This record gives sequence, C-alpha cells and structure tokens, in this order.
Amino acid sequence: MSESTIGQALPRREDPRFLTGRAQFAADITLPRQTHAVFVRSPCAHARLLAVDAQAAREAPGVHLVLTGADFRACGGLPSVFQLQGVDGQPMREPRHPILAEDKLRHVGEPVVLVVAETLAQAQAAAALVQLRLQELPAVVDAAVALGAASVLHERVAPDNLCFHWTLGDAAAAEAAFARAAHVTRLTLRNQRLIPNALEPRAAVASHDPAEDRSTLYVSHQSPHLERLLLCAEVLGIPEPKLRVIAPELGGGFGSKAPLYAEETALLQASRQLGRPVKWCATRAESFAADAHARDHHTEAELALDANGEFLALRVRTLANLGAYLSSFAACVPSLLYASLLAGPYRTPHIHCDTRAVFSNTAPVDGFSGAGRAEACYVVERLIDCAARELGIDPFELRRRNFVRRFPHQTPTGLNIDSGDPLATLEQVLGLADLSGYPARQAVSAARGLKRGIGLSCYVEAAGLAAGATGARVGLFETAELRVHPTGGVTVCTAARGHETLFAQLVAARLGLRVEDVELVQGDTGRVPFGLGGLGGPSLAVGGCAIDRALDKLILKAGRIAARLLDCEPEELRYEAGRFERLDGGAACGWAELAQAAHRPQAIPGLEPGLNESAAYAPIQPSCPGGAHLCEVEVDPRTGQVRIERYSAVDDMGTVLNPLLAAGQQHGGIALGLGQALLEQSRYDETNGQLLSASYLDYALPRCDDLPYLSVQLATGTRCLHNPLGAKDGSEVGAIAAPAALINAVCDALDLRALDMPATPWRVWQALQEDRA
Amino acid sequence: MKQALSLTVNGELVECEIDARRSLVELLREDLGLTGTRVGCDSAQCGACTVHLNGHAVKACNLLALQAEGAEVRTIEGLSPPDGSLHVMQQAFQDCHALQCGFCSAGMVMAALDLVQNTRCESEADIRNGLDGNLCRCTGYHNIVRAVQQAAALLPPRR
Repeated sequence: MSESTIGQALPRREDPRFLTGRAQFAADITLPRQTHAVFVRSPCAHARLLAVDAQAAREAPGVHLVLTGADFRACGGLPSVFQLQGVDGQPMREPRHPILAEDKLRHVGEPVVLVVAETLAQAQAAAALVQLRLQELPAVVDAAVALGAASVLHERVAPDNLCFHWTLGDAAAAEAAFARAAHVTRLTLRNQRLIPNALEPRAAVASHDPAEDRSTLYVSHQSPHLERLLLCAEVLGIPEPKLRVIAPELGGGFGSKAPLYAEETALLQASRQLGRPVKWCATRAESFAADAHARDHHTEAELALDANGEFLALRVRTLANLGAYLSSFAACVPSLLYASLLAGPYRTPHIHCDTRAVFSNTAPVDGFSGAGRAEACYVVERLIDCAARELGIDPFELRRRNFVRRFPHQTPTGLNIDSGDPLATLEQVLGLADLSGYPARQAVSAARGLKRGIGLSCYVEAAGLAAGATGARVGLFETAELRVHPTGGVTVCTAARGHETLFAQLVAARLGLRVEDVELVQGDTGRVPFGLGGLGGPSLAVGGCAIDRALDKLILKAGRIAARLLDCEPEELRYEAGRFERLDGGAACGWAELAQAAHRPQAIPGLEPGLNESAAYAPIQPSCPGGAHLCEVEVDPRTGQVRIERYSAVDDMGTVLNPLLAAGQQHGGIALGLGQALLEQSRYDETNGQLLSASYLDYALPRCDDLPYLSVQLATGTRCLHNPLGAKDGSEVGAIAAPAALINAVCDALDLRALDMPATPWRVWQALQEDRA
Repeated sequence: MKQALSLTVNGELVECEIDARRSLVELLREDLGLTGTRVGCDSAQCGACTVHLNGHAVKACNLLALQAEGAEVRTIEGLSPPDGSLHVMQQAFQDCHALQCGFCSAGMVMAALDLVQNTRCESEADIRNGLDGNLCRCTGYHNIVRAVQQAAALLPPRR
C-alpha cells in the first residue's frame, strides 16, 4: 500500500488474462452479421495498372462488395505526419499514397482490390478471380540504384526518386575541424532493412450504423486517436465524433502498428457502404509484404580526431530508402530522429549530417524500435571502434576521453541532454561483464580453435519527440482523466499504453490505495481523451506525467473538501497518501471518507460535487536515457558461426517505478538489437523486386536458443530533470545499443575492420576471406 | 465437403460436422470460440497456436481438425480451474514477468508444459532448445526461461 508500491517489483496485474487466453486481440473480435475481407495485392514490384477486371469476383457466391482504387479517387491519400524542408528550401515531395492502387503498382504486396464476402473462404475464392492487366516496369529496390534512376516511381512529383535532401549542422565548422585533424577515420556502413514482425498480425473489424451514421473501427494499432484523426481529417472526411477507434489488446507493435494503413481505411469505407461489419486479419505473408519495414540506410561516416584522440568533428552522409510511399512517420526517422542523436554521449563539437531519402519499389518503411537513434548509435559506435583500432588506443579508453562530463549538455545537433553519467555507467557495465575473467575465457576458446571478442556500445537515446519538433504536424502530448468513485476507487483514462501496472502503482501510491482499487481504461477514442498512445517509447515519461499532474489537481480539490470536513482552511492541512490531517494535530480524514463526501453535495455546501480531474502533459524536450552495453562473442573462424556468450547492459532510465518491468524492457530491446545484428534482413530480388524474405524460414527472428542469458542493471543516481516523475523511459534502448556491441565484438574477435549486419556465418566467413586477401 | 468429427476439448465432448479443409486452430477459434489459441503465422513456424493433443504439444495451424478425431485436445482455456487461479506454469510466467504483449504466451505456456512434463529438461540449454519452435518478440526469452525453470522445479515429469 501507499508509497511502498513505487519502486516495487510487482508482477503485472494484466498477466492472468493473457495467460488464461481471455485477453481479446483484434482478431478475436466477432460482431453480429460480420462479413470477411480479402485484399488482392500487387504481384509485381513496378507496373502500370491498365485495368482491373473484377466482374467475375463481383458475381462469385457470397460476395457483397468489391472495391478498387477508382472507389477512393475522391478521398485523400494516406498522409505523412511530418513535412520536412529540404536543403534547397523546398518542402519534401509528398506523392499521393493511394488507399488502393490507382494508376500504378509500386511494390510487391501493395493492396489493389478489396473483396468482401459472407465467409472468408468465399472472399478468398472470389479474390482469385480478379484479373489485373499490367504493363511491367523495371524495378529499383536499392536506394543507391533508385536515386536518379531511369525508372521512376512518382513521375510527376519526384522525377529523380528523391523525396528530400536534408541537412543538419554547420558544414563549414565541420570542414574546418577536419582540416586541422591529426587523424580521420572513415567507414562505410549499411544498416539493413528490417521487418518489425510483431507476433500479432495486423487485424481490423470495421462496423457502421447507418441509422446513427456512426462507425466503429477495432484495429490493432498503437495510437487510436492518431488513427482517427488521420482517417477523419485527411482521408475519408468523416466528422471525428462519428468515428470511434478501439485498439484492443495489442500483440506487439514496435512502431509497425503506428502508421495509418490502407487496409483499415478500405475496410472502414467498405463497412460504411455495406452497413455491415467487415473483418480482415492479415496472414503472416501479408505482414511480411505490407507491414511497414524499417531502417535501410547506406552511410558514409567520418570522424576527425586530434593527436590526443579527442573527437573534433563527425560528418555523416546517409542515403535512406523510404520504400514506395511515405508512411506516416517515415520522414522524421532518417532526419530528426537520426541526426540529432549523432553526438551520442560524446562531446564532439561539430557534427554535420546530410540525408537523402529515396523512393524505391519496396514496402514503405516507418519507425521501428529505436527508429533513427539505433542507426545513429550504430554509426558512432562502429566509427569509434574503427578509430581506436587505427590509432592503437583501447576502444574503452577512447570513449572515456570523449564522454560528456558535465550536464546539462547541449549537443551541436540540437539535443539538450539534461542528465546522465556515461563514465560511471561504463565502469558499472565493465564490472557486470566480469572483464577480469575475460582473458581466461579467451584462452579456453583459443584452446578449442575459437576466437573470442568483446564489443562495447554506449548511447544516448531521445525518447519522445517533444511538442515543438520541427516539421511535425501533430505534437506529442498525453492526457489523463481520473474519475474517483463514491467509494474511493479510481478509474484512470489515458491514451498512454502498455503500463496498466505502472500507472496503477503511481495512482495507488499517491492516493494511499491498493493497486486493485485503481482501474485503467485505454486504447479507445470513445472512452479516453486525446493522446498519442504507444508511440516513440515515452509512455511513462509522458503518460505517467499526465497522470501525475492530474493527481496534483485531484489532491488539491480533495484538500478543499477535507478542509470543509475538518473545519479548517486547506493550508492548515497536511497530506500524505490519501489522508489529510490538521497541522495542529487535530482531526484527520481518509480517502474513502473524502470520496464519499465529494458525492454528497449536502456534506460540502458551496463546493462543486464530484471528484474528477484531468490533465495534459507535453514534454518540453525528449527525455534522455543513456547506457553502456557489452557483448562477448565466440566465433568459429572455420565456419563463421557467431555465438553470443555473454551480454551485459547498464541503462540509465531515470526514476524507475517497477524494476521488474524495467528489466523486461531492457531484455526485449536487446533481443531486437541482437536480432538485427545477428540474423535479420529483409531482402528484395534486385532484378524483379520480389520479396525474398517473406516467411519465418527466410527471415530469421531470434529464437530462444539464439540468445544468451542477459545480465542487465539500472544505472543509479540520475533522473530526468524536466519532468515531474524523473522518468526517462527506456523501452527502446536495447534496440539502439545492441547492434554495434555485437558487431564490435565480432570485429574484435576476428580483428576485422568492417563487417555488415547481419553477422550470419556466410557473411562472417566471407569477411574473413576478404580480409585475408 | 462436410464431415463428421468427434473429439474432446478441455474435457468436453465435441461432435460436429465440419468442412474437411478446416484446420484445428480454425475449429477451436472460429467454431468453438476458444480464441485464447492465437494465430501468428500459418505455417507452424511461430508456435502461437500450440495446444496439447493427447498430452503432447502440437501446432494447431498445421493440423486438419479431422486429424484430431477421437483425440483429447487441451487449450490454454482448459489449463487453469474456473475459479481464476493459475496453473503452476501460468503462475511462473506471471511471477517472472515472462510476457509483455501476451500474444505468444498461450502457445508458449502450452509448449513449456509439454517440455517439462514429457522430456528431459534439466539445463538452461535444454529449455532453450525445447522452446525454439515458439517465437516471442518482446521478452528476449530471458524471463521465459526463468519461468520454465521455476515451474519445472515444481512440476513432476510425467514420462
């Protein structure tokens, strides 16, 4: 009870409903008179769509409706949430992103026709009857090939396939620093394309009540309010109050369920035309081809150092592959989220980032855990190891020399880091990783003909785009509404997601309640006030702060009621955990008594009855978790097989409300990062644009026996200085830090200068042969 | 083409006429309303649909319902008593924070139970090898392994 619930490793209260199978995901929802939808998708990467012959499908048994691109020409396209200004002062190019393909097909898996039928089997059978008349065009899948290619995706808007050319930083100052450098390290890096692969495939059920002209959309989505806003304001023109978006339990998102997608948009339109519910559940093959992909950067990076190994300047040129269209958040990933993190935890005084973002005949990319920051960390941490190798300096020591030592620290890329202690964090992880035992472990490996190596990765993360982020068409903020019931229990309504236990702990602690007396409502535009939901990681640092502010207001109002009951002024009261006590040591009243009085107007004459408050919180700047991760690998030089032997991480998440859940976030993020470094790669055939990694046999997610025991700790002693909870969050930190840690370790083991991800046996073996040659 | 099918699901006799093409997971989810068994892929690669068929873990997306003729099927809904208390394996998952989004959990619990009851499962490596047919994208498996270790210490092997 009370304050003791904060900081306690409480198991999650929501677990039993998942563990007993009672939790309802979108695919579990069945509505009366429900129909079923199937999408006909583009079989080729690039083609002119000459005609759609859907007559046979329309006449097939059980079919109710067939929609094509022509049915959506009057609607808006799927919008970009960001509008960047290019280096030439012009706005980025925003080609129309159709709901269903109109004149052209631009990637394999693009939705072309929607077939709605009485049963799923009937919809599938009818979809097979749809004929697409196509004129195939050459496909461009790699950003470097696409830029300026003869084959153009969006002829009118982006004749060279360029979406934007954007820069950040002072190019002249960086140039001057390079001119006086004692040493320059250069590295070419590839941050490969990933497919996020939330385990729950996307699903939606749209329904419409023609009598009330009201629609409801159940959809597996991270941000129901944003989904509704974009659907209503940008695409279908429905009045916002007429559409309710409900996100049931979410089976993983990682950013891939944050964009507004064509599928649910088409489904909603279909249900409005039919007046019946329409349901669609993606198959895994559809998820691979049509979920937003991620990463996909080509980068040239160079670091200038002085004679003492101090960083003078960093220059980065990146070519980012956006895929065929701009997904909702895609524009901010290789620009704002990326460039602003290129300082890492280092003092580098001059940084210049030059990004060109390119359209190609591939699935659109969008944010995936650590979006932009993961790519930045990989650039910086690989470059530092490379510089250390060239200069003969210990890579740990080179980092120590360049760490930021005083906070707050203003980076040259615009990010203000309020707090942190990178040096202490590094020392903590070196202890955790038992480095003193490393030489002995290395000797054991060597005796078996194996190579052992260690790799370090240090990072700073910026969790959550602050309200004023350049180019954002929506601002990040979160709201919370607290409803106190007459018996004292509290219902919390917030769009912030995924923290039922944490939020209940927070409320219970301040009001002196049991966590069971606090109920959370989330994920429903019909029941919770506007907020951005589970985007960008900062549920606690933003959503938690909104709840904290609402609690401030609630306690203020409760104090006025208490003063009335205790016959004094509010200033004459002391408050602690749900209990007001007169300062003169007199009478006191508890939360249940207050709640009851609040609902009996006669008990508090002159005061407004009820005890409900709401508050909003918009962060003035992102919170900045930081940390150090150390990976230890064993590599078989004969086969290129990499085994992760140990993984140690120390993360500074600021104030932590529940260490059990914080450790879970650390583990999860690390697994995503190690998956990228070791196994995962989305591949398209370079000649015809077919997706080659379209099943779990071809796209390797980390399995239980691919990953090691994960040693994680929290850094101590720092908190976020600009939010009331001191929380920095950290749900994405592992995905940011782990890739460089693993690749640095493999390079250390084999004495390699460069190695591209994923470090598959084939690639490691090949790198070894090239290095020898 | 419809065919007659008779099997036991969570201790109750089920007799029905079904399309011969129907998979076991479709029967469970669509016809019997047991949606606790999830579908994460449709090719037996993710393990979210793991249920027990005559006491052994199977992937229900990859079996025809007719293949379960006469069998005893147990799903996640049949694991814990109706009073809301949890089975030892479920409790271990909660205690160890072995789930985040919860989508893989039903299949993971069913697979883990088969593993500890029906196989030699003594070391961490045994557990990691034994669970490699079940994908989890949230936990890095760390706490899942801990949960299975905790439950294994409490559950007698059946073999």
